[in-house]
Amino acid sequence: MDSSVDERGDEINMNQTNDRREVAVRNVFNFSVVSAPMWSRCLCLWLLPLTFLAIFFFLPLSKILSFTFSLETLTPENIRIAMDALRFTLFQAALSTILTLALGIPSVILFARYDFRGKSVLRALTAVPFLLPTVVVAASFNSLLGPNGLLSTFHFFLFPHSTLPTSSFTLHPFVAILLAHVFYNSTIVIRIVGAALSNLDPKLEQTARSLGADSLRAWTKVTLPLLRPSILAASLLVFLFDFTSFGVILLLGGSQFATLEVEIYIQAVKQLNLPLAALLSVIQLLCTLVVSMLYTKYTIRNTLPLTPRSSLVKPQTIKQKLLVTSFVFLLTSFFALPLLSLPVRSLFRLEADRGQRGEIQYGFTTDYYEELFINRRGSLFYVPPFQAILNSIIYASGTVILSLLLGFPAAFALANPSRIEKFLDPLIMLPLGSSAVMLGLGFLLTFGKWLTSPLLVPFAHALVALPFVIRALQPAIASIPQRLRQAASSLGASPLEVWKNIDLPILRRAALAAATFAFTISLGEFGATLLITRPDRPTIPVAIERFLSQPGGLNYGQAMAMASILMVLTVISILLIEKFRLPNSREF
Amino acid sequence: MLEVRNLYKTYEGKPLLTDISFTVAEGETICLLGASGSGKSTLLRMIAGLESPDSGIVAFDGLDLSSTPPHLRDFGLVFQDYALFPHLNVSDNVAFGLKMRRIEQYEIADRVASMLESVNLRGFENRNVTDLSGGEQQRVALARALAIRPRLLMFDEPLGALDRALREGLLQELRGILHRTKIPAMYVTHDQAEAFAIADRILILHDGEIVRDDTPKAVTADPKSAFVARFLGLGDVIEAGYLGRNKFQTTYGVFTVKCGHKHAKGERVHLLARPLEVRREANVVGGLVSDIVFDRDRFKVTLDNGLQIYMKDAPKVGRKITARVKVECLS
Repeated sequence: MDSSVDERGDEINMNQTNDRREVAVRNVFNFSVVSAPMWSRCLCLWLLPLTFLAIFFFLPLSKILSFTFSLETLTPENIRIAMDALRFTLFQAALSTILTLALGIPSVILFARYDFRGKSVLRALTAVPFLLPTVVVAASFNSLLGPNGLLSTFHFFLFPHSTLPTSSFTLHPFVAILLAHVFYNSTIVIRIVGAALSNLDPKLEQTARSLGADSLRAWTKVTLPLLRPSILAASLLVFLFDFTSFGVILLLGGSQFATLEVEIYIQAVKQLNLPLAALLSVIQLLCTLVVSMLYTKYTIRNTLPLTPRSSLVKPQTIKQKLLVTSFVFLLTSFFALPLLSLPVRSLFRLEADRGQRGEIQYGFTTDYYEELFINRRGSLFYVPPFQAILNSIIYASGTVILSLLLGFPAAFALANPSRIEKFLDPLIMLPLGSSAVMLGLGFLLTFGKWLTSPLLVPFAHALVALPFVIRALQPAIASIPQRLRQAASSLGASPLEVWKNIDLPILRRAALAAATFAFTISLGEFGATLLITRPDRPTIPVAIERFLSQPGGLNYGQAMAMASILMVLTVISILLIEKFRLPNSREF
Repeated sequence: MLEVRNLYKTYEGKPLLTDISFTVAEGETICLLGASGSGKSTLLRMIAGLESPDSGIVAFDGLDLSSTPPHLRDFGLVFQDYALFPHLNVSDNVAFGLKMRRIEQYEIADRVASMLESVNLRGFENRNVTDLSGGEQQRVALARALAIRPRLLMFDEPLGALDRALREGLLQELRGILHRTKIPAMYVTHDQAEAFAIADRILILHDGEIVRDDTPKAVTADPKSAFVARFLGLGDVIEAGYLGRNKFQTTYGVFTVKCGHKHAKGERVHLLARPLEVRREANVVGGLVSDIVFDRDRFKVTLDNGLQIYMKDAPKVGRKITARVKVECLS
């Protein structure tokens, strides 16, 4: 045995000089081999997305900045308007966030603690508003609580001689805005805090209980402190969404509730004061940047396996039963009523159409839907509303193609990022932090010449959808264990074959989910579209806004009909996304 | 066949593997044994071509493989977590490598069937891999690696996720398959029982170096270093000073040991006291019994001075005992 070792030693000695040269040569060679694919990989994967971002995000952004920092922009009048808008925006966002927490945290406890019938349905229901376009949310609240809403018209219908003014059944617009914010943001709290709670080891709370803490103390001394980062993260995210909320505020409040976002739109489109609009967007961008940075700081990206909480119980005592039942009832009606009232309102005539005097026909009608196909005004520039639906679908398809084309390479790079690529991640996500109206303004300032081109809208939508597409693809790509690729490779699959046989089949569902995401986002996109779309090529949300801003029962009814169609389309998309996503997440 | 020469690898600036050289001959199974984090999996991945060494050569049949990508190396690889493709069923998993080699459909079917047969998984063809038990998944992974008729089979802690009884059964099957196919194999594990059960030769990895490369029998008979003796748990490693005339002074008394090497007087050496009680031995250890554990057919007795001895009959705790044991030279 020893001799063989010695022999090998001799051999090595003999070859040593040779080896050294070889090693030296190969080190040089290795360097080029290793770094060449790195660079080519960087270039291949990032070229498209980064070029896209440079042209359609950073160029418009620089336009906005150059508009802002000029002497004629920073007039006292402009600054006063901006500060007023900022103050109101902060105020309404903070108030909305507090209200959202007030509903969200008890819901988290309800879902974490108790088992009751219809729980999964209720959970899903709370998530629906968040996924609906803001225009639909606004239309839903309008259909229930607005001046022409179900509540006030039903009252008028039932008690025609009532002396109560209809306004007593109409919510103050500001309250409606706050409620709408709570309506679509509660799910953020429920999801984020709920996930953190289900990730908590139940043994911690059990230990606290065994050490003598009653259930309240165990909750406040152990569970709540552990949940604090997630509550903070959820609050920041909710605040961010409320801060940049546009559709809800414009449609429910009108121009009297000028948040930064609404003010940008008014200044850019109605007042044609582009410098002030630019100044407002910069203020808005700074605020969202600060909040996003805080959010990233508090987000715990843990991929811990879920330890299912075993402490799920059916409500036991009468007090518990009462509490749980009434809270479930409250949640259900809060989330279901607006959603139900929209389609109902779109099928019932409850008020006079414009120009209709005297005899008013109340009751069931499909008029509002039939009207969608008719060009009532016979004008050349006016298109039948049905055309808006077609426009939306065409734009959405373009958005899907564009965002997948750009999202796939970026997601691949980010699933297994090098150091530089980690730095690029927030860059890709930046458009998410800037508001839709601001993106629209940037497009307006940069591509004013091409505004007649219908191509611009899908590009703007792709900008909004890209972060979502990447976020949908990236975890799926990352969830494919590197070992699978290594195993395939050791079985003789070339890198291309690995991609074709391993990545692609596993990713098919995620890609479908991402595509549906992009489609849905494009369908519902309102802020940017409102600023850049041609008047004769409205999308569904833009058409809804037009109908709502015009008086008369027929216009109102058509707005309701369009919003119902958009809601149905979105719900179908959500169901599709869930269908594509769920089996996948179970598989890994 | 496989030859690894002067392999170096650093990980995050620290040397992980230094000057690794060894060979695997035809029909031979070698086992890389080392604590977790000792770099044995990295070494395996470098041989598979999934990672590149800082310097050094991996050669097969005399051909340097440094520019051969992993998919052209024809090395079968079996991971601890099996890495079965979750979107493919059992037979598609096994057929994967064959499809990559563009083998005719009917031949693929034949080979998959015979592979599944040889790992006792007949009838599992259309099962979903995610529905299989750990042991069954492991068999699929093995069949998949064997199906390509690899030039070398590599196992990265393949049985680590399984329970003991299953592990022993699978080890036996594996031994049979390796014996039949004569495919050279490399087996990485931190479990010495597994290593001794399967290996023709054992390579012990410590601090990035191969500290021992020998047959299991030779390694146990003469561990040659304090580390190997401790790592394999062969007995009590005792520090001693040489007194001359084969006598060594230790804290447990003076031992008489015949060493292979010559030692200078006063030289510090390591001795190994095998824990078995042997009648005809000159060296006696003793102390107060502090703990007794029943271990299969005998008792592991721990003395108050830290020494451990296996005895047929259990003494009482607190009693003073003496035992004759075999003491060997380690350095």
